[in-house]
Amino acid sequence: MNFEISKDPIDIQSVIDKVVQREAGAITTFIGTVRELTQGKKTLYLIYEAYESMAVKKLEQIGKEIKERWDGAEVAITHRTGKLDITDVAVVIAVSTPHRADAYEANRYAIERIKEIVPIWKKEHWEDGEEWIGNQLETVAYPKGKPEAKELNE
Amino acid sequence: MNKIIFFAHLRDRVGEESVTKDAGGKTIAELKQLLSEEYALKLDSVMAALNEEFASDDEVIKDGDTVAFIPPVSGG
Repeated sequence: MNFEISKDPIDIQSVIDKVVQREAGAITTFIGTVRELTQGKKTLYLIYEAYESMAVKKLEQIGKEIKERWDGAEVAITHRTGKLDITDVAVVIAVSTPHRADAYEANRYAIERIKEIVPIWKKEHWEDGEEWIGNQLETVAYPKGKPEAKELNE
Repeated sequence: MNKIIFFAHLRDRVGEESVTKDAGGKTIAELKQLLSEEYALKLDSVMAALNEEFASDDEVIKDGDTVAFIPPVSGG
């Protein structure tokens, strides 16, 4: 399985191993980690929750989109759920392609799409409270009821 | 009957992971309206999924469909 949601710590090497192929000239690996400070506010830990069955489908969709856009790409993504402490690994994305430029671009595409369409949420726990991120401020709206494809640089 | 699943702050508000409703024949928008009133939820910026695929507000729910309400995501 190249696309997984995991309650256990992610073995980074095992994600990389899934995209090893003889045709590849490059493998890029993105490791998303839990940051302590966000705009000066100190995070104690995070809870990640996923709509697991749908999240796996959406990760598979991202893999399919990448294969359509970048010829010869192989993709593997594992996202963690549960309680994560500062510096813990939340997500690992590995992409292999025949040439390095594609591997970098496709990997960047994967993380941006995760942040748009994969049903995973994080709850921040601070010294003075807690909050689900992504909704309460209502900075993100979906006028058509679902996310639309966006350019990476937007 | 239909299983309605909530996530993140919606789950906290409703106090349940899921509820069962007879939503067959209703649109997503109509179900949103119903739940907004029953649980005092604000669902304007919340997406819906029908059987694990994103669905527009005007899609009609069939008996047996699973509906999930998906606040803006924050994975990664």
